Amino acid sequence: MRLGRWTRGLTVVSSVIALAACKGGGGSSEGGGSAAQSKSLKLGAALSLTGAAATYGQSQKNGLEAAAEELNGGSSLQGIKIELVVEDDATSKEQGINVFQRFINTDKVSAILGPTLSTTATAADPLAQQGRVPVLAISNTSPTGITDIGDYIWRDSLTEAQVVPGAVKKAKAKFGFKNAALLYGNDDVFTKAGYDVMKKALADENVPVVDTQTFAKPDRDYSAQLTAIKGKNPNILVVSALADNAAAIVAQARQLGYSGPILGGNGFNSPAFIKNAGPAAEGALVGTSWNSSSDAPANQRFKQLMEKRGVKPDQFTAQAYSGVLIVAEAVRKAGFKTGRDDIKSGFAQVKDLETPLGKFSFTPARDAQHEPAVQQVKNGKFEIVE
Amino acid sequence: MWQQAINGVFVGAIYALFAVGYALVFGVLDILNLAHQAVFTASAFIALAFVAGGNLPLTIALPVALLSAGLIGIGLERVAFRPLRGRSDSNISGLISSLAAATLLEAIVLQIWGPDVERFPLGTFPDKPLRLLGATVSALQLTIIAISVALMAALTAVLRATRLGRQIRAVAESPRAARILGVDVDRVIAWSFFFSSALGGAAGVLFGVAFNSVSPDMGRSVELKGLAVIILGGMGSIAGAVVAGFALGLIEVFTVVQLGSSWRDAVSFGVLFFVLLVRPSGLFGKAAIREA
Repeated sequence: MRLGRWTRGLTVVSSVIALAACKGGGGSSEGGGSAAQSKSLKLGAALSLTGAAATYGQSQKNGLEAAAEELNGGSSLQGIKIELVVEDDATSKEQGINVFQRFINTDKVSAILGPTLSTTATAADPLAQQGRVPVLAISNTSPTGITDIGDYIWRDSLTEAQVVPGAVKKAKAKFGFKNAALLYGNDDVFTKAGYDVMKKALADENVPVVDTQTFAKPDRDYSAQLTAIKGKNPNILVVSALADNAAAIVAQARQLGYSGPILGGNGFNSPAFIKNAGPAAEGALVGTSWNSSSDAPANQRFKQLMEKRGVKPDQFTAQAYSGVLIVAEAVRKAGFKTGRDDIKSGFAQVKDLETPLGKFSFTPARDAQHEPAVQQVKNGKFEIVE
Repeated sequence: MWQQAINGVFVGAIYALFAVGYALVFGVLDILNLAHQAVFTASAFIALAFVAGGNLPLTIALPVALLSAGLIGIGLERVAFRPLRGRSDSNISGLISSLAAATLLEAIVLQIWGPDVERFPLGTFPDKPLRLLGATVSALQLTIIAISVALMAALTAVLRATRLGRQIRAVAESPRAARILGVDVDRVIAWSFFFSSALGGAAGVLFGVAFNSVSPDMGRSVELKGLAVIILGGMGSIAGAVVAGFALGLIEVFTVVQLGSSWRDAVSFGVLFFVLLVRPSGLFGKAAIREA
């Protein structure tokens, strides 16, 4: 009896090993290839549905689901059904790695969308590169450490390096500031990278930085840093933070009596920022990769779709939605094949695709290429600054 | 400088209030209750539900949340600690089961309210900035400091002047001796958890109101600080926790001013390390436990 259980256990273990070996040797196109025959396109989405970045993850999920539903209802994919597998990376590298491993080895997805944060991507994307599974990042904005991981990693989100300089330039034209203070989260790849870009953009505009302060993701009290900054009397406060931190930072800055303009990085790009900061959010400036007021048909259709679902779309929703459109376009370009390498080669041929983000192409470095915009909070809403 | 001192006292008040709860349970049971931070979070959400959902003023929501937190504490003791009491390894197993309780509580909060950062509706507290010797202080900050101090004073009064307080101190001294003298030890421990959790819950509500953010993971940002505070103050010492709480708040703030914000946690925990080297029993040492 006992022996029987033992051998059964051994069989399970050895078959798992055999399976794993098979996967290693057989190559990944096998998994994707069989998906094509059953006429379905399996996409894994690793989103931060809990934890510090949960605000973004929820927005992204809405965008992905809307796009998949729309495409499955139409005929542009010649009957290939998109099957979306959404998993929570819990805003953590460890969980992100687990989710990626599941997508690559167990779910055998054709491509992976996500993960939400650049920090998670730097840890999880190398697995996909190794397993030769194409990844389309739909929100990673760290200029380095994402697409340079390898030729299977692509993204449809503009980097901070592409968005921030435009925002700084526009804000300077508007407010004519002579110096600036910087505040950033120093324990996160995205906020740190955002800070580097801001520093460079300010230097390029010849704006001296009078004070630089930092905080950590779990912090909720920033009064010491903000008081120190206020003491230096900067003309503008430039902040690189995730939305949760950003709202509290802006609210506390106003509470402490700072009245100058505030310019935020990509983390400010969320209705949650406005909701949580309340009236303190008024006037805050942020560069964005989604021009919400664009009247291009693709954008109007996207907004109608979101309204029907009762969702207030933000940049992250738009980027996620566009991500699915881009994968679908790659499948089309690959002759309606859904293998992992088919999608990868399809990505390279995506050109001037109409998306809510504008006409979308990839740069030779597999980064996103489209027009950025600048927006400002007015009466509790983001408005595009013309 | 003056403004920074106020910032420090303000954060310190919340740290102290939070840590006093840790210290109370540790003083009585010699067990670290790692679910304390989850009670902190749950209580903030309960107050939020009353204020945002029920349109009740904070003056009602705060006491209700405090009471609920206390009841959660009693439940916690029943489920996570009492069954393990008397086992030879109850310190470690209690630590682990409190960790499980924390995970459970967090998951419940996550289920009910979701992962988003919430905030108390605008104008929950009439927030008027006051000028005080050139610094900006909000009425809210002063109120929070006052409530924290009042609650800590109330706890001290209960421990010193009431029959229950004497019993709690007796159990802290020696559960066996207390039992021989006719003290209902289980009841006293349950009450300790009630007070501990009520104070932790109060800290949660005040934290949520002060920083305009209530989220399921908010407890984590004070958990480590709270542990540092009770170690610094001397494990189980109430007075030590109060002093160390304010000290940590001020140390943090002045590190930001003098060295820059990147050094903040390094200096805080560096001080902790140093104190432990010089005085391994913490600032208020072992003797103070008996006073608790």
